Amino acid sequence: MTENKYTVFLVPTTSHALKGERLLKRAGCECRLIPVPRHLSSDCGVCVRVKLEDRKLAQEILLQGNLDIGACHDVP
Amino acid sequence: MIYLDNAASSWPKPDGVATAMIEMLAIGGNPGRSGHRLSLEAGRGVYAVREAVAGLFSQPDPLRVVFTQNATESLNLALAGYLRPGDHVITSSMEHNSVMRPLRRLEELGVELTVLPCSATGELDPADLAPALRRNTVLIALNHASNIIGTVQPVAAVGRFAREHDLLLLVDAAQSAGVLPVDIQQDRIDLLAFTGHKGLLGPSGTGGLVIGERVDCERLQPLTRGGTGSWSERESQPDQLPDRYESGTRNAPGLAGLGAALDWLRGQGIAQLQQREADLVNRLQKGLREIPGVTAYGPARAEQRTCAVSFTIADQLPSTTGLRLEEEHGILCRVGLHCTPASHRTLGTFPAGTVRLSPGVFTTAGEIETTLAAVAEVAAAERND
Repeated sequence: MTENKYTVFLVPTTSHALKGERLLKRAGCECRLIPVPRHLSSDCGVCVRVKLEDRKLAQEILLQGNLDIGACHDVP
Repeated sequence: MIYLDNAASSWPKPDGVATAMIEMLAIGGNPGRSGHRLSLEAGRGVYAVREAVAGLFSQPDPLRVVFTQNATESLNLALAGYLRPGDHVITSSMEHNSVMRPLRRLEELGVELTVLPCSATGELDPADLAPALRRNTVLIALNHASNIIGTVQPVAAVGRFAREHDLLLLVDAAQSAGVLPVDIQQDRIDLLAFTGHKGLLGPSGTGGLVIGERVDCERLQPLTRGGTGSWSERESQPDQLPDRYESGTRNAPGLAGLGAALDWLRGQGIAQLQQREADLVNRLQKGLREIPGVTAYGPARAEQRTCAVSFTIADQLPSTTGLRLEEEHGILCRVGLHCTPASHRTLGTFPAGTVRLSPGVFTTAGEIETTLAAVAEVAAAERND
């Protein structure tokens, strides 16, 4: 089985993802917007990906920025 | 040429607006549809403008800024989306047709409407609100500044009244955004409709609705439904903002231009620009009042008004005055009813209307003097005819 290296945050809209990206980058947390992995959701939008070790930090930054985060999943 | 039609569309635009639009066209990707880098880059550009608009109007959450084509679309969204047959809405006799026409249509559909009369200089008296209240009143719709005489309405007092009586306040900021400080928290504005191409100095085809936290978005129905790039597995409209009200691709090049204009405004400072414009309007207003045969309308003091100044020449149709100002003096202005018959009835200038001069941030003191001399010449010629 492939080792998980990232966490992805699923968000309701692309604007949420863009807001998340800005919040994280401003706080110095590396992230990338990627298409939502098909096995996680049937949504065709984008989600916010961070390094696995940054998951807790990112969660705090996003919640503090009042971002409505859906589910969060660890992925390879 | 002297351009005095900034209340219709501001001109010229600050440096950087056209460049930002061209750059966005070159990016080319759809802002908010796909996950590839060009789409994301376009999306980032649009999001940055969302943030800038939110900051400008003191909305803490940029996702509560919904982009539309202009203030008219935003006002239609707010009015048609929120009001239901049996609801009562209060508005003023100084509204633009972008408020009046949707309200008159809603009235035909069973919405009750009260139009509060304003003073001869266009002010609404907040004391008139309480007697107009009904048990089914849900909303007050009010312009922030008149598009013909620049009168600034007591929005903060109306906002307080709306909160006290659990009503929503919708403000039409078409003439005030970028010209006066507009703060939805301080003024207790629940729905703020703005356009990008006037005081905000952006391109046409940009505008939006800022939605406050008190607005029940389940009740506020979208005007259009369709693709949003989100929740694609569902055939019903998403509930989340901004997508609930943003079906179809947004005007990314236009919004990029608006973003550049907002950067420029921030750099200059709206309060500083306001002072400069107030000096020009004071001079224009005072000068017009001194010309024999000229009647100038609206508040005399610049701190109660924005940059729209209206006047008429005795025994001359505004259309004639406008034509002569352009043909003989190269002055561009707007004449007639300015899409607001209600305001002209309030002023007593219906149906002929007025001549409107609207300076902007790039108007010079010299241009105001030239204009006053031109109006004096046209008025003198009329007297001698």
